[in-house]
Amino acid sequence: MRSDTRPALRPRAEHWVAPLEETPLREVDAADSSTTPRSLWAEAWHNLRRNPVFLISAVLILFVLFVAAFPQLFTDQDPRYGNLAQARQDPSAEHPFGTTVQGYDILSRTVWGARTSVTIGFLAMIGTTLIGMVMGSLAGYLGGWVDEVISRITDIFFALPLVLGAIVIATRLGSMTMPIVVLVICLFGWTNIARIMRGAVLSTKTQDYVMASTALGASSTTNLLRHVIPNAIAPVIVTATVNLGVFIVAEATLSFLGVGLPSTSVSWGGDISAARSALRTQPMMLFYPSMALAITVLSFIMLGDAVRDALDPKARKR
Amino acid sequence: MIWYIGRRLLQMIPVFLGATLLVYGMTFLTGGNPIDTLAGDKPISPAVRTQLEAQFNLDRPFIVQWLLYLKGVLTFDFGVGFNGRPIIDQIAAAFPATAKLAIIAVVVETIFGVAAGVLAGLRKGTVIDTTLLMLSLLVIAVPTFVIGFVVQFFLGVRLDLITINVGRDPSWINLLPPGIVLGAVSFAYVLRLTRTSVAETMTADHVRTATAKGLSRGGVVSKHILRNSLIPVVTFIGADLGMLMGGAIVTENIFNIPGIGTLLFDSIRDNEAPMVVTLVTLLVIVFLVSNLIVDLLYAALDPRIRYAK
Amino acid sequence: MTAQPTTERPGAASGPAQPLLEIKDLEITFTTSTGPVQGVRKADLEVYPGETVAIVGESGSGKSTTAMSIAHLLPKNGTVTGGQILFEGRDITHVSERQIRTLRGDQLGLVPQDPMSNLNPMWKVGSQLTEALAANGIAKGSAAKRRSVELLEEAGLSDAERRARQYPHEYSGGMKQRALIAMGLAARPKLLVADEPTSALDVTVQQQILDHLDGLTQELGVAVLLITHDLGLAAERAQHLVVMYKGQVVESGPALELLQNPQHPYTQRLIAAAPSLASRRMESAREAAPAHPRPHRVSEPLVTVTEREADTAAPADPTPSGEQDGHGPEFGYGPVNPEAAIQVQNLTKVFPLRGAVPWKTTPFTAVDDVSFELARGTTTAIVGESGSGKSTVAQMVLRLLSPTQGRVLIDAKDVTEYRGADLKALRRRVQPIFQNPYGTLDPMYSIYRTIEEPLRLHGIGDAKSREAKVRDLLDKVALPADMMRRFPNELSGGQRQRIAIARALALDPEIVVCDEAVSALDVLVQDQVLHLLNDLQAELGLSYLFITHDLAVVRQIADNTLVMEQGKVVEQGTTDQVFQDPQQDYTKRLLAAIPGGSIQLAGAEILDVEAPEGPGVEAEAVHPEQVHGDDDPGERFQRPDPV
Repeated sequence: MRSDTRPALRPRAEHWVAPLEETPLREVDAADSSTTPRSLWAEAWHNLRRNPVFLISAVLILFVLFVAAFPQLFTDQDPRYGNLAQARQDPSAEHPFGTTVQGYDILSRTVWGARTSVTIGFLAMIGTTLIGMVMGSLAGYLGGWVDEVISRITDIFFALPLVLGAIVIATRLGSMTMPIVVLVICLFGWTNIARIMRGAVLSTKTQDYVMASTALGASSTTNLLRHVIPNAIAPVIVTATVNLGVFIVAEATLSFLGVGLPSTSVSWGGDISAARSALRTQPMMLFYPSMALAITVLSFIMLGDAVRDALDPKARKR
Repeated sequence: MIWYIGRRLLQMIPVFLGATLLVYGMTFLTGGNPIDTLAGDKPISPAVRTQLEAQFNLDRPFIVQWLLYLKGVLTFDFGVGFNGRPIIDQIAAAFPATAKLAIIAVVVETIFGVAAGVLAGLRKGTVIDTTLLMLSLLVIAVPTFVIGFVVQFFLGVRLDLITINVGRDPSWINLLPPGIVLGAVSFAYVLRLTRTSVAETMTADHVRTATAKGLSRGGVVSKHILRNSLIPVVTFIGADLGMLMGGAIVTENIFNIPGIGTLLFDSIRDNEAPMVVTLVTLLVIVFLVSNLIVDLLYAALDPRIRYAK
Repeated sequence: MTAQPTTERPGAASGPAQPLLEIKDLEITFTTSTGPVQGVRKADLEVYPGETVAIVGESGSGKSTTAMSIAHLLPKNGTVTGGQILFEGRDITHVSERQIRTLRGDQLGLVPQDPMSNLNPMWKVGSQLTEALAANGIAKGSAAKRRSVELLEEAGLSDAERRARQYPHEYSGGMKQRALIAMGLAARPKLLVADEPTSALDVTVQQQILDHLDGLTQELGVAVLLITHDLGLAAERAQHLVVMYKGQVVESGPALELLQNPQHPYTQRLIAAAPSLASRRMESAREAAPAHPRPHRVSEPLVTVTEREADTAAPADPTPSGEQDGHGPEFGYGPVNPEAAIQVQNLTKVFPLRGAVPWKTTPFTAVDDVSFELARGTTTAIVGESGSGKSTVAQMVLRLLSPTQGRVLIDAKDVTEYRGADLKALRRRVQPIFQNPYGTLDPMYSIYRTIEEPLRLHGIGDAKSREAKVRDLLDKVALPADMMRRFPNELSGGQRQRIAIARALALDPEIVVCDEAVSALDVLVQDQVLHLLNDLQAELGLSYLFITHDLAVVRQIADNTLVMEQGKVVEQGTTDQVFQDPQQDYTKRLLAAIPGGSIQLAGAEILDVEAPEGPGVEAEAVHPEQVHGDDDPGERFQRPDPV
């Protein structure tokens, strides 16, 4: 032992003890019954509520949803009724935002456009998330050739960006309706969810609690549904939220290019496209739908950011 | 590493085949005569029709059609469109403008995106970081075409600083504003990714060890933080090319640039299916190739793969 | 500070009057989302030039925090809010970044804890060393390169020239640690902070590296501040010990003095619980009746019919492989012992390792012809370092892995081929407890649901009876019943492990496989859990298969011991036999490497083991114990989600 062989290196080898009152001993590993029980979701919600980004985005989203649900409260004009005689008018009492090139009331187009965008966004988000989750979890959980095949399929669809894919379909079909637009987005927009799900499943399935569950007698399927997927969906939720915003932009882009909804239906993208010719004279025609679009998309992306921060495992300090 | 590359190449093949088949199938797989279906109401001269039927090998089974089409694309034999004009000429004419645009966009997104991201990541939680984050959010949320219009309006119409209608044979200067607009969304993504990556690397153990050795702050940042955190960014930039393709259509449209995007847009409007299919196929190929290059770059940069046992 | 027993060594030569490092009344506060937390309070310690001082404590004691604060290496949310740090008489507590930087490296060195994460994977090891030299103005360019190679050699790396040009991922754990030591000493600091420098390494490697470090620091006259949780290791390596508990220094003094005459109750507890210092198998306070006697001696007569000494007869003959007469399928298996809880015969597992060429796989034998028996109601330990195959054996016994050859008999029936309903029924009899308490419970499940899950899976009872059972189980593991409603993220490591035990017991198994079940726990918590396991064994008649790398723990808990090395059983017998009369060189080396095992304590036994002569074997190769499933390198390069 070192202390035996080496010469003393201290002037005085002092043995010091702290007084017991200052250093009381506590029970080893005692259970703390004082705090209220909180699951991970509850804790995430707790963090979320205190995040100003979340609060702002929540308010905006609720507002947009409200407008989408009850457009009649904000305007009494019919968005599909265009009176050419009243085209290109500046804001007035009858048309608070003015009128478009075709004589539509801008305010009502903007208000009713919310319903279109939100509906398409939600439906597309649900569709892509479902498809992506199934593909991703099968690929990640089963591995082997299933994984290879699904991953190649994912790569194939990933190689075709949403806009281009929609263009091809539009070329083929000639015209699009809302369900078709949703379907097109679902067809080309599921790949990022699939990848994320796959990654999350891969890392979750090797966790000890899954092994413990197997050792308890759970079947492979039970493990997947009850242990792996619930623990893997956190990043998917974040991406799905952001995707909602992205899909709304996608629909608007498609309508802008003329391969989305027909110009007769109410769409912010279509309105923006139609307002191009009036850019110099009545820029507000462009402004209102653009603003509405930007706010809607921004709120969902902000929500996604806030949710990600709330679910971040590094933020949980216990 | 050889096997890593080999494996990636091997994986690329089914993806390439699958993607091109998908595009081709979506367009040409119909009952009846695809030419009729696709052309719609468009009048096609009988001479062109015969030529098209031969060009697309409509007498052969579908898979053969597709393979022959693929062969054509890979040998730059694109045939003619419904309007009878050779497709390759139109593409060749439109290509330079788009290429310049894309280069500007990539340069902008990379340089500014990374620089801003590093700044935000190093100063996480400060005002600078929050501002940059908000900026990136805004850019992502506002669609490219809106940004384009805003830029066009304020800088072009109001302040008359830039050319709003770029027109034929655009110069680099003229392409600068559209290029920046095109790169804007990617810039935002790169910023966020870099920021996250840098912020994470900063808390890594090896950074603390480097600090403990007595390295200056600059030394720690440049040698230990940057190198480690930029690899995911490199991957993203390559994959981002797809987004640029989609964005180019919009940007060229707004600024009236006669590039591939406009060509595509016009072809859609004019129901020129052969051109549409060809362009999309080419874009997909470009995307796949750029991804492959990025994968190789990744392997070259990360010694764990370069010198894998 | 109040009056205390100051002991002065009579006739000792007095060292230098001025301490190299003085920490006075140190207070460190962390800002967290739940408010400020004090990591360290009123800490005092001194380090004199050339001496080794060890700070010993469990997690949360503040030992690492104190050490890191010296060179201003605390994480962003930590600040020194009180007290002083004096280096060579100068107050460096709040000096500027630039000033502390001049001290880092050539005055204050650091050897960090985790070799895996402390080297930059993107840079060659050599260049990380030259960087240290350049940063401290010692050498630049090719002179620095040469010096780096010398430093690596000095740290004990063979073939240093070639190694300097390699990347960290090409090094083994021990080699990485040596590289880190080289980096820490590169600029010849006066004080080296070594933060648990070897806890991630195998015991034999640990001993080699620490010996080497000792030699180097003595030669260079470097003072060492050694941070460790292992009291035995601290006593063995340091002259002066400082014991910390919950952020405060509770006792400090000369190493031997502290161990032989601890004053503070915490120190006393630590000493009592430290496995490397304890020597006897624990006796449970609730030791029941002779219904479950433990066979200590071969000649001890049977007390009840349920015990059979068949397995203790054989270990007197320490042949490396199985004690049965058959040794391969071609000879048939050995005799079946119906009284054994588990009988493992010629168990072999070969993994196909993907080599440089994707389609060619090299076979890797993780487990090679292992045979042993676990007698009912007893504990058999399987001990080995990394790569020994011990965990793989456990996985096969648990039927989480299928053996390549050999069989596992439970109740004299071969369970290796069980499927479906049979397998499910088997699960009720053999249950695991895994190593990592932070991964062993599903974070989404409440504690109630976690413990209830096995009951639900097997359709046992109804809601009411299940709840009663859960309560009963929580009581058995000494946790309050209201814990049912909590979630794993609210519990400590020890508590989680106890929940894992409760879950394992839910099906009333006969056999529990503990795969490094206490290795990740703090010393006192580990002690508590081991006592619990012991009590449960006595109460419920459980048979334990205890997998561990920690020989010292084995001494405390196991009746029989198997020593494994690189897939083979090298020695087996009763624990006493293996410890007192080891036959194999490897076993002797393992025993000699137990930190602090050689310290003489009043009343405790001395483990007097001669380490064998011969070249040390450093576990250099990477041993993948579980290499199944495809490890697709492409996975790493998924397009990251940029948003």
